[in-house]
Formats: sequence, C-alpha cells, structure tokens
Amino acid sequence: MKLFLAALGACLALAACAKGDGKWRTKDVDGLVRPLEFELTDDAGRQVNAQDYRGKTVLLYFGYTSCPDECPTTMSKLALALKQTRNRGAGDVVLFVTVDPQRDSATRLRQYTRAFGPRFVGLRGTPQELVALSKRYRISYSYGEPDKDGDYEVMHSTGVFVFDGTGRSRLLVLPNDSADAIAADLDRIAG
Amino acid sequence: MPVPHDVRASLAFLAPWEFSPLVLALCAGAALLYARGLRRLPAGERPGIGRRLAFFAGWLLVYFVMQTRWDYWSQHMFFIHRIQHLVLHHLGPFLVALAQPLPVLARGLPRGMEEGVFRPLWRSRPMRIGYRLLQNWLVAPVLFVGLIFFWLTPSIHFPAMLNDRLYQVMNWSMLLDGLLFWALMLDPRTRSQGALIGLGPRIFLLLGASLPQIYIGARIGLATHELYDVYSVCGRAWPINALEDQSLGGLVTWIPAGMMHMLGVLVLLAHWMHADGEARAGSAAQRLA
Repeated sequence: MKLFLAALGACLALAACAKGDGKWRTKDVDGLVRPLEFELTDDAGRQVNAQDYRGKTVLLYFGYTSCPDECPTTMSKLALALKQTRNRGAGDVVLFVTVDPQRDSATRLRQYTRAFGPRFVGLRGTPQELVALSKRYRISYSYGEPDKDGDYEVMHSTGVFVFDGTGRSRLLVLPNDSADAIAADLDRIAG
Repeated sequence: MPVPHDVRASLAFLAPWEFSPLVLALCAGAALLYARGLRRLPAGERPGIGRRLAFFAGWLLVYFVMQTRWDYWSQHMFFIHRIQHLVLHHLGPFLVALAQPLPVLARGLPRGMEEGVFRPLWRSRPMRIGYRLLQNWLVAPVLFVGLIFFWLTPSIHFPAMLNDRLYQVMNWSMLLDGLLFWALMLDPRTRSQGALIGLGPRIFLLLGASLPQIYIGARIGLATHELYDVYSVCGRAWPINALEDQSLGGLVTWIPAGMMHMLGVLVLLAHWMHADGEARAGSAAQRLA
C-alpha cells in the first residue's frame, strides 16, 4: 500500500512537471517520452540510427508522401519555423518517417523531403522496425480501404516529437502550434 | 504443417503487446494459488462452481486487457481505454471479490509461508493501520471515485498515455484500488460478523459513489469539443472520428460503470436477506430451546 501511495505521489509530481513552467510555447514533454533511438534506412539508402544525429535538435514526425493535407501542412510549418530560428535551422534536422513504406520508395521519399529543404530527411523501415519504433514512441497508424485505383488513406499521429542534441525528449509540437512558437522553442533548446 | 493465417492472427492478438512479468506473475500466481487451495480444501468446504468461475474469469479479464493486443488498442483509442479501465477498476475486481477467495487462497499457500510470512505480515501494526485507513468508509469511496477523476483530468491523461511508466502506474492504481474497493463493498458479513462497514451503509456508499461517475461519464460523452487530444497526437488504432471515440468513451464511463454499482447493491441485498434469514433461524432455535 505504501508503494501504491508513493507511486501515486510520483505521478502527481510528474503530472506537475508535465505542465511545465509556462515559458514553452509548444507542449513541454521533458523526459516524458523515451530518448531518441531507432534503426532505419534514410532516403539515400543508408542504414542510420539515432547516434548519427547526436548534437542536433531532432524533430521526429510520422507521415506518408501521399498524405493529402495533414503532412504537407505540418512539413511546411516546420520548414518555416526552421528559417525563423537564430541560425536558420543549421543545428536542426527533421526526420520524416514514412508509415507507408509500401508506396514510399526511397526515391519518392527523397523527392518529397527535399522539397521542404536541406534539413529534411526521409526515413523508411521494415514492418518490424516500424512496429518497434511505434511501440517506443507510443504512436499508431492504420490503413484505410483501397479505392478502385488502389489508393488508400493512412491514419497516423499528428504530433512532432522534438529531441535535443543528447537525444532527450523535450517538446511535442501539436497541430495548432504556430511556426513562430516552434522557432522560439527551438532557439531555447539550442540555448 | 503451415499454420493457417487466422490462427496466426489470433495468436498474435493474444501475445503480450508490452510484456509485463508483474502482470503475468500476479494473474498466474493468483490462479495457481487458488487452484492449489481448492485441491487441498475438504470437498465440503470448497466454494460452489459459480464462485470458482467468478475468480478465474476476473483474473482472466484483467490479464486480457493488460497484456494482449487489447492493451495496444487501449493506448490508441479512448473508448477502448475506458473499457480497459472498466475491467481493471470494476468488472475484474468485482468478480474476484464476489468469489470471496481469501480462505481458498490462504489454503493454497504452503503452510510455512502462511504461518511464517503472511499471517504475521497481515497482523503487523503498520499493515493493519494502513488497511484500516484505506478501507475507511469515507476514504475508500473517495479514493475510488478520485482515481477516475484524477486520470481523466486532460492535463494528467496526456502524459499518462505518452509515458510508458506513468501508463503502468495508472493501470496498476486502477486495478489495486478496484480490488480494495470491491473486497470492502462485497464482504458478505454484517458489521457484527466482522465486516468493516455494515451492509446498509455500504448500499448508500455504492449508490453515492456511482453519482460522480455518471456525472463525469455524461460530461465526457456529451462534450462537443475534443478533451483528450493525445489520441489524435499519437494516432488512433483505426479510422474513427475523434468526437465519436470520445462520446463512446464517455458512455462506457457512464452506463456500465453505473450498472456495476447497481449490481453491487443487489449483491448486498442478497447478503442482507441471507444474514437476516440466519438471524431469524437463530432466534427461533433459541426460543425453541
């Protein structure tokens, strides 16, 4: 019972932390999400992992290139936010993980991410790698029924996970956050 | 021989989404201990088939919602999460308490462990004080309802669904509190027979505790804006409108939870009539003597 009460106390404390000090303009999730770790293939066909991006502020986003509205909106907003940061995104990288690797070939992924700027990298994984990643970040995706042309919609997460140079989780960018707010918070993480 | 696809799919569904040795140890431990106790009890002292089934069904349900693919759905669908908590906080512990399993479980323990470890622990002062405090007539229902409100506070629900440890704490707190609450409420004894709270007052407590749940369930079910955006932020398990998901979740919090309290009241009324019948039979026997 004592353990139970102690646990309850701990979550009260955690919940209080999660609210943050109010200075962040996007959602403060400091240490709440597990540190950045993954094994995937980038849009140039190279095997990459989280170590390759240490020292950079990483913005991790899950989507797919045929996404009609959600992904392009978020990606353009991130591109705008990076331009507004002090060093114009030099210390940041946006990792776009496709949840539709069947349609998103490396080439298609590269064309898509490059359109948003040099700081954008597309990542693909095997179904197993993708499941491992979705478990780690507690995100979900699901596929709609294909229409007569074989096109289908993919339901996926809308949040952008932000990790600092050490891989620690810091922020969660929600769909309603503005580019200004994202840029201000990225500057604050960069110090 | 190749395994058919649907068999493989069902097996994949039953495999733990995030394996927890603690959940397995608790559910399997309770079932094994109970089975051993049943075997060692003299035939005349064994509980009826209904109570035995209630015990196993309760733990099976708890295991199912905590360890199979149901847990994945619970993480990514608000109304499935509400069903998970209905099982952890209401249905599972309700069935276990209905079975009144303590005498069987005690018999299932190795004799040395029962006399050397559990009995002294149970009778130790801090344990007795702690138990009495948690099972106080005011503390127990406030804790029961309070936990529901606590985890459904949007600013607390968000980190709880995002962080795996906090998520575990949330689910375990619901399960443990459910076991405490229903063990207290469904005790078949009257006050004079040793129950912590009399049968009559418990009926009022059960009815009283259902009201705030009806309130919060209705408030969520009828809300016209998204209260729990974490499911959109992290993605839903299958395509469903956010408000539809939220309304369903509100209904689960409102109606079946309220029904469990009504069922509890019926169980108490049955205990009451039974105790009353016994008391009458006792006094009639005394008069005859």
